Amino acid sequence: MVGASEIASAVGPGFLPWTWVIAVLPLASAALILFFGKRTPGKGPVYGIAAVGTGWVLSLVVLWHFVQGGGPLERSVAWFQVGPLHMELGELVDGLTAVMLVVVTSISLAVQVYSLGYMKGDARYTWFYVALSLFTAAMLNVVTANNLFQLLVGWEVMGLCSYLLIGHWWEEKVNSNAAIKAFITTRIGDVPFLFGIFALTFATGFTTSNIRVIAERISSGEVSTMLVAAAALLLFGGTMGKSAQFPLHVWLPDAMQGPTPVSALIHAATMVTAGVYLVGRLFDVFVHANAHVLQYVGVIGGITMLGAALLAFVQDDIKRVLAYSTISQLAYMVAGMSMGPAGRTAGFFHLFTHAFFKALLFLGAGSVIHSAHSNNMSEMGGLRKNMPVTFWTFAIGAAALAGVFPLAGFWSKDELLTVAQENGHPVLFVVLLGTALLTAFYMTRAVWMTFFGEYRGQGHPHESPVSMTGPLVALAAASAGVGFLGAPQLGAVFGKWVFYQEAEKAVFVPWVALASTAAALFGILAGYSLYKRYREPDPLRAYAGAVYGVLENKYYMDDFYMRWIIRPIQYPVAVAVNWSNQRILDGAVNGVAVVTRASAWVVNLFDQRVVDGAVNEAAEITGETGGVLRALQTGNVQWYAALLFIGVVVAAVLITRA
Amino acid sequence: MIRLPLVLFFSAVLFSTGVYGVLARRNGVLVLMSIELMLNAVNVNLVAFSQYVRDIGGQVFALFVIAVAAAEVGIGLAIVILIFRNRESINVDEVSLLKW
Repeated sequence: MVGASEIASAVGPGFLPWTWVIAVLPLASAALILFFGKRTPGKGPVYGIAAVGTGWVLSLVVLWHFVQGGGPLERSVAWFQVGPLHMELGELVDGLTAVMLVVVTSISLAVQVYSLGYMKGDARYTWFYVALSLFTAAMLNVVTANNLFQLLVGWEVMGLCSYLLIGHWWEEKVNSNAAIKAFITTRIGDVPFLFGIFALTFATGFTTSNIRVIAERISSGEVSTMLVAAAALLLFGGTMGKSAQFPLHVWLPDAMQGPTPVSALIHAATMVTAGVYLVGRLFDVFVHANAHVLQYVGVIGGITMLGAALLAFVQDDIKRVLAYSTISQLAYMVAGMSMGPAGRTAGFFHLFTHAFFKALLFLGAGSVIHSAHSNNMSEMGGLRKNMPVTFWTFAIGAAALAGVFPLAGFWSKDELLTVAQENGHPVLFVVLLGTALLTAFYMTRAVWMTFFGEYRGQGHPHESPVSMTGPLVALAAASAGVGFLGAPQLGAVFGKWVFYQEAEKAVFVPWVALASTAAALFGILAGYSLYKRYREPDPLRAYAGAVYGVLENKYYMDDFYMRWIIRPIQYPVAVAVNWSNQRILDGAVNGVAVVTRASAWVVNLFDQRVVDGAVNEAAEITGETGGVLRALQTGNVQWYAALLFIGVVVAAVLITRA
Repeated sequence: MIRLPLVLFFSAVLFSTGVYGVLARRNGVLVLMSIELMLNAVNVNLVAFSQYVRDIGGQVFALFVIAVAAAEVGIGLAIVILIFRNRESINVDEVSLLKW
């Protein structure tokens, strides 16, 4: 176990044993930027981009192994041992890992290049790249880890980087509050996650947290169903926090206070999908638990996707529209997971396509914000003429998200809908279809309010530099193209890389595809008819009435949390912390200060009297002796000669006497 | 054959004369000459003892002393000339600058 254990593979392992290098590269670049960034020409991004660029190429090499039909590989080295528990550092590389590697490195590369333009002149430009690189390393560690404790380390480092980057402009209180909210809310999910890891480790008799060993143990039926169900529910707590599922979704819209490239990388494409990845990676736990566990996952997904999509209707901040959209699309993936092995593949396919078009939409929104100097769509409008590249790429992203044929989102949504229909989930099917319609509607609203009509802001909008439009174009190409990897007509190759136990047979149901296209078109038409001319106030307000107010207040969830959870906890905690701070901590500090002062007085006395006294005394004695002796030195050579003779005589007398 | 004590007595008188000259005379040239007297007193002693113990080494040493004394007086006279050029005087008690 301690050494390398390899699963037999059809194709030779090739680069696969070195997959860990992909995760270590950005870690090294984070350290390089931290220590040498400011002294490097260009202030440091060159290390980050070089590391993640190399990682991207290597990820494609890893993926190529699976494209050729290669098998998975796991290997590890011993880390340390506590009692019976063997901790290891290792990598588990299968098709899912390869796909996640490609997603993370692609988006990270695009975002880092984009940030060259977007963050130019920022006071903490170098630090920003340190955090981006560290984040990338942590996420890559999560997707390559072969055991849960190693995964947890990456998971928590991601949380830290998310906190640091949301609060990147911490001078404004709103931003640091948003960072704290994100950190604490995800932490509420992380506690059950940690206990879920304990439960799974317990299932192996506290010998290992190796994912494959746990999966085998659970599949063999040796572990009680109760324990597996409890572990699954606890793990899903982590997913609810990290992937912003109801009721822990409240942090993600606030996280938009961070710089837009951060929103694209962390809060749209990668970190928030880690929760979905977790469910898929530990799918055995969910499958072998009580059947109600997966139902519960599906219900949470359904509630989240509809609730968040509706909230996107009433947002004026373009990034918040996208944030609620992200929550809603993450719920799509979660709902996919709840539909069994085929749904797992479909969910991961949606994760894969969503990463590209949502990162594209965020970077496009960033380009717009960069140019219009405002987040609010009410202060935009007409930007189509000033920013053609941003407009076209954003439009491709929006159409992909809405599920327009033949863009990426169409294929992944269609696959999810087909799975729901084929595997007998009628309620989820309706919810998924309804959410697709709502998605098309709010994206049409966002596109029309931003890019059509007359410009309503104060600035002079202009197209962004090439460092920003380049990644936009690349991501737009990906958003248009990657969907074909899952197209049933083309063999659905994606399902041959990412599968649970055995590859699923891809099916295409024409009426489902028609229904999803109809939903998308209906949503777009409805959005167009309402927003083709900009009106103040929002025309929806008149139609929705009281519901509009509920949506504007985010279902009063933030108020509920504030009133019933945060305040009741905050006040007693604050008092207790204040007391302990004043009495215990300050007391200790003051005590130390008093002792230090007293000993300083003693040391001073010793220094002044004893040490300095000795030095001064030695100097004085030397001076006085010199004063006496200098009388002898007259300068008269005959006087010296006389002394010499006297000395010789005295010496002669003494010697002859002795 | 002259007896040894007589020669030693002569040498002592010669040396004492030299010491007196070195300590009491103000003229630099005379001081140098007095030093020569002292050196020659030593030479007489060396030759006398050499003869007395039948060892030629003492006479060899006397020759060395004569040679070194010649060099010494050459340098000494050069210094005296330089002092005279600078101060228009060769009185050694006036050359007392080398002090604190």
